[in-house]
Amino acid sequence: MDMLAGKVKKTSLNVDSAMNPTDVLERPIRLTARDVTVHYGAKQALHGISIDIPDRAVTAFIGPSGCGKSTFLRCINRMNDTIEGAKVGGTIKLDGEDIYAPALDVVELRARIGMVFQKPNPFPKSIYDNVAYGPRIHGLARNKADLDEIVVSSLRKAGLFEEVKDRLQEPGTGLSGGQQQRLCIARAIAVGPEVILMDEPCSALDPIATAVIEELIDELRENYTIVIVTHSMQQAARVSQRTAFFHLGNLIEQGPTEDIFTNPVNKQTQDYIMGRIG
Amino acid sequence: MATDIQTSPDKSSSERTALIRAGLRRRHLNEQIFRGLGIAAIAIALGFVALLFADVFRKGIPAFVQSNVHLSVTFDAEVIDVGPAPARGDFASDAEYTAASLKWQRDLALLNWNTIVEASLRKAAPEGFEIDSRQIQSIPETNARHQIREMFVRDPSLLGQTVEVDVLASANAANWIKGNINRDLGDAQQQLSPPARQLIDIFVENGTISNGFAWSIFTNVDSRAAPASAGLLGAFVGTLWMMLIVVVLAVPIGVAAAIYLEEFAPKSRLTDLIEVNINNLAAVPSIVFGLLGAAVFINWFHLPISAPLVGGLVLTLMTLPTIIIATRGALMGVSPALRQAALGMGASKTQMVFHHVLPVTFPSILTATILGVAHALGETAPLLLIGMKAFVASVPATPLDQAAALPVQIYLWQGNENRNFFEPRTAAAIMVLLAVMILLNGVAIYLRSRLEKRA
Repeated sequence: MDMLAGKVKKTSLNVDSAMNPTDVLERPIRLTARDVTVHYGAKQALHGISIDIPDRAVTAFIGPSGCGKSTFLRCINRMNDTIEGAKVGGTIKLDGEDIYAPALDVVELRARIGMVFQKPNPFPKSIYDNVAYGPRIHGLARNKADLDEIVVSSLRKAGLFEEVKDRLQEPGTGLSGGQQQRLCIARAIAVGPEVILMDEPCSALDPIATAVIEELIDELRENYTIVIVTHSMQQAARVSQRTAFFHLGNLIEQGPTEDIFTNPVNKQTQDYIMGRIG
Repeated sequence: MATDIQTSPDKSSSERTALIRAGLRRRHLNEQIFRGLGIAAIAIALGFVALLFADVFRKGIPAFVQSNVHLSVTFDAEVIDVGPAPARGDFASDAEYTAASLKWQRDLALLNWNTIVEASLRKAAPEGFEIDSRQIQSIPETNARHQIREMFVRDPSLLGQTVEVDVLASANAANWIKGNINRDLGDAQQQLSPPARQLIDIFVENGTISNGFAWSIFTNVDSRAAPASAGLLGAFVGTLWMMLIVVVLAVPIGVAAAIYLEEFAPKSRLTDLIEVNINNLAAVPSIVFGLLGAAVFINWFHLPISAPLVGGLVLTLMTLPTIIIATRGALMGVSPALRQAALGMGASKTQMVFHHVLPVTFPSILTATILGVAHALGETAPLLLIGMKAFVASVPATPLDQAAALPVQIYLWQGNENRNFFEPRTAAAIMVLLAVMILLNGVAIYLRSRLEKRA
């Protein structure tokens, strides 16, 4: 555990220099999306998205505002279900299992696919209760000691434990923005998800807090499949191994991050990366 | 303005500044006028409230003072000639003992206790003061004889002894003492005879009659035979029963309905219709609810007339829309981020509502509830229609007993024939009602600030 905490503190981001991009592709595929469409009432927000998301790697969705990248992210843990009038078509499979199958319980799905939101949204409860909430509702801890251990290890993995260990009973909302976001990550980790979705997790944070979160993401990919939506291309370049470019509800191009940034095939991708769209 | 400046680049910067300054004076003036109007509005509103309170207090405060007559009462053995109280040891069975002691009490009740009261009054009066029996007995309240009889029933060993007893002065005597009645009016317009008025003045002077705080308002039930002893206890308990019923029924039903409508109900034409109807229901005049209560609860369900249960049910119906609307408003105000956080963690909708949404809205719901109950507390019209305007001189032991209610008591007293006496008493009852309301509102504010600080 201490080793992990130490690793988070390291400063070099180590952007995939050691890892050949093709290695990522050869990994088992965790999530498969085929022809995913989303309608909000009469308006179509996504036009047939197909993508494979590899295990234990960071996949970044980039694109200008309103391109559908967040909408697609929210399809993966069915958060779009909560929006009145949203209709999702096509198939998304997690480990070969259709997540939109009628028999699938959305509560179980969300335990397996955690989510971190754009704005840090800790519960207005204590730091401890924030992290313990997921294990509690899903019945993951047998007793108090078990729960304590989950909370501490989750906070460690999120690189937050050292900062908050003396005030676990204080409200999570009293932390700084960056700490709150790491608390939200700890909260998501505590359930032991297989996939973590991050919807622009740093857009409300200052550059220093952003750097800390990015380091953390780099750490977390050893154990989790991460999908991150970002409108910062630098962030996508720093943290991801694969990148998908969205524009106007279409998936324009996807591939190893290095390729997308150095050698984009599509003209629109090029324009966006050069700063001409968005 | 802004576009004007942008579209006329030919204007020099000093010209633009002059334009802005010219407009600035008008803008400041507008602000001044608006502030003035606002202050005036607040002053008018506060003025009326102050006027109301001043009037009620001016009238009501004297009613919290009661005139007591201090008497040396001799339990004259010649008057009380019913024999010793039966003792349990003399009888074979409980039934026989009970029968005997009831007979003893009935014999006591048939005695003329007024002679004992009169004798003690004459003892306090100056030697040779001429006043007839009827006149002197108009000084103490008519319940004095019951009070003295009850003392004897509780303690038969008082026979032959003389004890100091405080009895209430009659309503007419109290009016005379407090100056509620013009002392210069002729005998024909006075309630008391000249010797009685004279004796009262003597009693006040020699200390036989003195004023004290009117605890009787809080400890006695309503009374017509002995107006000076009329109190609010019965009405207060009646109101308490009704509030209990409102809290027990309206709060869970209202909050549950609001949660279902806001969080779970599919948005359809039916739920829209329900929503419109709830909003309309909140605007229905309260007397209509009274009519409904009379028709449904009394005529149909045959619940007792004048009972706090029926009053509570009617007030529940009246309060429900208020609580539903307020709770829905509070739920609507919860940030979507919190809901998403909960759902994103895999909480079910019910868990989201009960673990996260309700706790943060709890202070608002609580406040809305207390204010709704406070509103119901002061409601009079529907209670009149379900028979709660009857004269009830007892404390309701259950919500099925006949009872009065605080606002109805005010209405009843205000219509009483002894207006000189009951006007201050009505104002006093209003003060009590206002105090209860201010207390409830105070609790709402306190709980709200406390809970919000903790959240």
